[in-house]
Amino acid sequence: MITFKIKRYNPEKQAEPYFEEFQLGETDDLTLLDCLNQIKWTLDGSLTYRMSCRSAICGSCAVKANGHAILACQKQASQLVKDNDTITLEPLGNMKPIKDLAVDFKPFWDKVDKVNPYLQSSKKPPEKETKQSPEQFKLIDDASTCIMCGACYSDCNVLEVDDNFLGPAALAKAQRFVQDSRDGETLARVKELSKPGGIWDCTHCGECVERCPKPAEPFDRIKEIMTVALEQGVTNNNGARHALSFTKSVKSSGSLNENIIPVESVGFFNVKGLFDLLPVGLRMLFKGKNPPILHKSIDDVEDVKRIYMELSE
Amino acid sequence: MKFALFTGCVAKGATRELMLSTMKSAEGLGIEFVEMKSASCCGAGVVSEKNPLLADALNARTIAIAEEQGLDLVTICSTCQGILKKTECHVDSDPAYKEKVNTVLEEGGHQYAGGKVKIQHFANVLGTEEGLTLLRDKVKRPLTGLKTAAFYGCYVLRPSGLSLYEDPDNPTGMEEIFKILGATPVYYESRTKCCGFPIIMMNKDASHDMAGNALIDAIDSGADCVVTGCPLCHLSLDAYQPEIDKMNKKGCSIPILHLPQLVALALGYSPQELGMDKHIISTTRLDKILA
Ligand code: SF4
Ligand code: SF4
Ligand code: FES
Repeated sequence: MITFKIKRYNPEKQAEPYFEEFQLGETDDLTLLDCLNQIKWTLDGSLTYRMSCRSAICGSCAVKANGHAILACQKQASQLVKDNDTITLEPLGNMKPIKDLAVDFKPFWDKVDKVNPYLQSSKKPPEKETKQSPEQFKLIDDASTCIMCGACYSDCNVLEVDDNFLGPAALAKAQRFVQDSRDGETLARVKELSKPGGIWDCTHCGECVERCPKPAEPFDRIKEIMTVALEQGVTNNNGARHALSFTKSVKSSGSLNENIIPVESVGFFNVKGLFDLLPVGLRMLFKGKNPPILHKSIDDVEDVKRIYMELSE
Repeated sequence: MKFALFTGCVAKGATRELMLSTMKSAEGLGIEFVEMKSASCCGAGVVSEKNPLLADALNARTIAIAEEQGLDLVTICSTCQGILKKTECHVDSDPAYKEKVNTVLEEGGHQYAGGKVKIQHFANVLGTEEGLTLLRDKVKRPLTGLKTAAFYGCYVLRPSGLSLYEDPDNPTGMEEIFKILGATPVYYESRTKCCGFPIIMMNKDASHDMAGNALIDAIDSGADCVVTGCPLCHLSLDAYQPEIDKMNKKGCSIPILHLPQLVALALGYSPQELGMDKHIISTTRLDKILA
């Protein structure tokens, strides 16, 4: 017997959401989605959720189970039970609930639209197809598997505090075009994606990789865009400056010089940015917490320098 | 127990009290750490933004050094831990890539073999049966009455495939350690979340908001202090707490401890010996509880 503790919400009847419990006896071999269907068909026809394919293809059925986003049709209910044989179900996070487990995906789709999710090329279309080598295909293969389920968007730690962030799914979609050999707008794309709300606002929490039911794994795609942006010389922003300064620091001493990175990241000529660093810098100085002024190199730093040279860095 | 200690950069820089308390914990527990003085920075997932192969080469070199020492590698930073595990995974899962990385290392006299040494966070070592027994034997001053909120740090949990915790969505390793030290763990939702540090230079408000939400969650759950296994989390939650406090209507103030500080306190060391006077948020309010 499994108890499903489901967050119910129907603004037409009651302003505040509440939890309601349902019990099912025979749940062996049932997916979580099968269970939701059982509840709807036999216990409460008003329970609202999205579904279609039942086989982890359409991306409709993502919900939060025990606090984390999953595809309801991809997991056995028995694998999800927690203490007291209970599964807690809530709508996806970072989007407004409409009714019960259904949320409003509009901001999600708007952000996908924002990255121009189609090939852009000024070249005349070829007579036949444009061939892709296996290597070229491999670069965009992972991102292409995204089924737009929103699981990543739901659990992204930045979106919890900043609506302006494009978010994992849209950025994974962006990578699919940034690295597509047939696209002609790479530079324009990475410039746009380097603005506030773009790639450099990702906080490395890894939630999107953890929740993604496909190989799309957005955080890894975001890092691929970062590498392209730096290759393309789009470096006039704190994120890019930070990456360059960090990499340079490790080259010169084998370790990070924490005194330099913040200053180089905000930029030497950014008076306001530098001013913002003052309070924390002074505070640490007073406590004797500031990193040593004379930054010490690791032993055998020469080998690290050699590796940099060998890789043309 | 004897390990190769990968200190990471921050324990040598802005959070030197982490290094201090790690060595005191080791001393008190009779663990021998051999510091890896020629190991480079792990790149913190930032060097790989510039050049993924460079980051993997540097980290494969580090792991190779531990292999040469014949010692399992211990990290004291969640980020270092996750990043070294990522390199291990990249290199082990692709023989051609491994050869490429080893070609880069060759001239320096290092070769990455793989599968020879374990890469573990200090918390993972203490969390083994052997580690817990050792702790149980050596606790001199049980931290009775102290309510401690674990803050794990993203990189030791996600991706879960590389995590050493049994259930990375609901880890209990740090809390198990707290219990043996005599403290009372506080379970709160934010303990597995991000501290916001990686974007502190790019999106300060979002970064501080993340940290603030976690701190308030810990405070509302009744914690006396937050304990972290990651010096970057420590910087975000401690060094920037005055900014966070100002941003929040309710305000927030709570001491942040490094895990080895908590361990060493229970082993009988004084807060001064563990650099706790170096924190931005004073830890003196804990003295009363522990008195
Ligand atoms: S890794 Fe970045 S994009 Fe992915 S969930 Fe975390 S902050 Fe969001
Ligand atoms: S990236 Fe993964 S989790 Fe995000 S929408 Fe696509 S398939 Fe879903
Ligand atoms: S119903 Fe289509 S993905 Fe679950």
